[in-house]
Amino acid sequence: MEIIATRPKSLTKAQFTYCPGCTHGISHRLIAEAMDELGMRNKTMGVCPVGCSVLAYNFFDCDMAEAAHGRAPALATGMKRARPDMHVFTYQGDGDLLAIGTAEIVHAANRGEHFSVFFVNNAIYGMTGGQMAPTTLPGMKTTTSPYGRDEKDIGYPIRACELLATLEAPYYIERVSLLSPQHVIKAKKAVYKALKFNKEERGFTFIEFVSTCPTNWGFEPMKAFEWAKENMLPFFKLGVFKDKSIEEEGK
Amino acid sequence: MKIELICSGFGGQGALTIGKFLSLAAMKEGKDVSWLPSYGPEMRGGTANVAVVISDKQIASPLVSHPDWLVALNKPSVDKFGPMIKSGGLMIANSDMCPDKLERENVEEIYAPMLSIANEIGSAKVLNMVSLGVIIGKTGIVKFETVEKDLKEILGKKNPALLEANLKAIAKGIEIGGKS
Amino acid sequence: MADKVLMKGNEAIAEAALRAGCRLYFAYPITPQSELIEYMSKMMPKVGGTFVQSESEIAAINMVYGASGCGKRVMTSSSSPGISLKQEGISYISGASLPAVVVNVVRGGPGLGDIQPAQGDYYQATRGGGHGDYRNIVLAPSTVQEFADMAPLAFDLADKYRIVVLILSDGLIGQMMEPVEFQPAKTEEEIEKLGKQHESWCMHPNEDEPNHHHHIINSLELDPNVLSDLVLNLEKKYIEIEKTEIRFEEYNISPDNEILCVAYGTAARITKSAIEELKKEGKSIGLIRPITLWPFPTEAIKQAFNQNVKKILTLELNLGQMIDDVRLAIEGKVPVDFIGRVGGLVFSPEEVKTKIEEIL
Repeated sequence: MEIIATRPKSLTKAQFTYCPGCTHGISHRLIAEAMDELGMRNKTMGVCPVGCSVLAYNFFDCDMAEAAHGRAPALATGMKRARPDMHVFTYQGDGDLLAIGTAEIVHAANRGEHFSVFFVNNAIYGMTGGQMAPTTLPGMKTTTSPYGRDEKDIGYPIRACELLATLEAPYYIERVSLLSPQHVIKAKKAVYKALKFNKEERGFTFIEFVSTCPTNWGFEPMKAFEWAKENMLPFFKLGVFKDKSIEEEGK
Repeated sequence: MKIELICSGFGGQGALTIGKFLSLAAMKEGKDVSWLPSYGPEMRGGTANVAVVISDKQIASPLVSHPDWLVALNKPSVDKFGPMIKSGGLMIANSDMCPDKLERENVEEIYAPMLSIANEIGSAKVLNMVSLGVIIGKTGIVKFETVEKDLKEILGKKNPALLEANLKAIAKGIEIGGKS
Repeated sequence: MADKVLMKGNEAIAEAALRAGCRLYFAYPITPQSELIEYMSKMMPKVGGTFVQSESEIAAINMVYGASGCGKRVMTSSSSPGISLKQEGISYISGASLPAVVVNVVRGGPGLGDIQPAQGDYYQATRGGGHGDYRNIVLAPSTVQEFADMAPLAFDLADKYRIVVLILSDGLIGQMMEPVEFQPAKTEEEIEKLGKQHESWCMHPNEDEPNHHHHIINSLELDPNVLSDLVLNLEKKYIEIEKTEIRFEEYNISPDNEILCVAYGTAARITKSAIEELKKEGKSIGLIRPITLWPFPTEAIKQAFNQNVKKILTLELNLGQMIDDVRLAIEGKVPVDFIGRVGGLVFSPEEVKTKIEEIL
């Protein structure tokens, strides 16, 4: 009998503790599969953020460090510089990466640090109970924007890929989504590419996952996907924002 | 033996460097030394200064409130530190920039036109080394040979011309100090 | 022994750290410690090490956290306002039980304060500084030589106990040049070996299948029972340190002492000068100079405070912070006198002498 699907070795046997319909499970799996395929697991260190994926060190079966809120890129910098023979990635949410950790991500990207960042954007703070995130859409209601996000008062959502793509150093930046099977297949390719470039020591790689939060959005999971497609994708456009491999390989 | 001195002048005149070479030579001759510079905004008032202590024994406090000797490269330094010199102390001043006498009976004052001497040698930069020479000539606190060796080590290969100017300036200073 | 060189404290501690096997250094510029970061930027590439000027002190301490999690000797440095920013990271590093060395070249505060020497960070340094129950070993140098000697000591203590060692210097010791003799530099083989001692817990390349197991660097534990055990384990370490790592200097301590002084760092140097002057007048004043501020030399003070001593005097460049620890040592037997200066001002030996004469 042929095995066509199994748990990736780069995931532990621990059961995910995420909400039903949450996309963290998918993004974890995509990263783990790519690590398996690239044979990186024994030489990889990951950094967990503060947020819903704070316990991700229980799920990824590689060396892991737990960062303070927003500081994952600084930790990853220290780790990669201390162990250049290993591969490093961070896994961060929108509050972690674009609010409290904006300085750390911008400067790590600007230094062209040799690690990968997996950025989960679901437009809300999940773990703390559905507060406004830096990526919360205009008009969107959260527990700290009960009248809807007023962009005149608190500003527009921040687009991470576009922001980081203005820098010279980053090697590869792409925004993908986890909102449909087709999108997930595309996302897998992007994750693989980022980790391949990581393994080849090409430079800083950044993948943003447009994701959902059915629990805090207050939708059924399927409705959450539909809502995100209609509302998030027009603002957070999918695509490649930077890919230096095209120049380098003359493709 | 314990000598406390202050070297002071405009930023760029090399007051801190006088203290550095003096400390370095004294250390090589087996003394304990401390070199404590002013830092921050104080330097902008025209009195970039360093407190140097040279002692046979281990130095406890490196602070100098009342120096035995003052090296003043400009007028603000005389105004600020002149009144603080210990009774029986010594002031070595750059007469090109310190027009007024200190008017303290119990302090010996040596005036030398350090800038003019430095210009004659061919570099205004070595003004501070004239005063270092005066200290050596007057007090014998360190040997000229020790300073010469340090200077050769630091400047010998990098800038032989400047080394020569420095040594000339020190020699001229020693001559003045010896006569005073 | 190697020849003496004349060096600034800030440069001497940097050189000594490199010799002690520090190959990773992350920091942000701030006066009066900038010579330290400049020295590292110049010398780290020459020894094949890593220097990163970080975007903030917060980033620097978190880079330290990451590198330390890989078992390497790593250091950061700053001055008071920057050390406040590092408190978050120091708490995490302590919670994750990692070794790290942090240098504080203290300046006048609070807030932006000034850039002159001060001791106003004593509470922050000795009480943990960040959130949660933890301790740092705190070393307080009083000369450039001692500052330099504290680099290898700090790394050894950090490695031994997997703890943050804070070297609490000040602007005077950082900026001053004094003769210094360095210990021999560790070889690359020795440094490699130092890293290996941490392989049971640090992140490093794993064994191939099937022996794979992963290492987790973490201070999070959501189960209060488990977290309680973890913190109690930290406490065991702290108790051990309190038993074995107290360091202090006795200066002119004798049964004839009329006054016992307690002072550390720069304040202790100035006190020594005053004691020497008073000696000439036939007055016997003793000094206990704590070298470790935590653990604090409580017993030494208790013992030095013999029956002849009438008074005890604490001298600090702050409003009176260490005086609390001195009071605890004396257990309320007598009032503790205090001489202090704030705002980056430093008392002179003459002022100290006059004050001592007043209370004699």
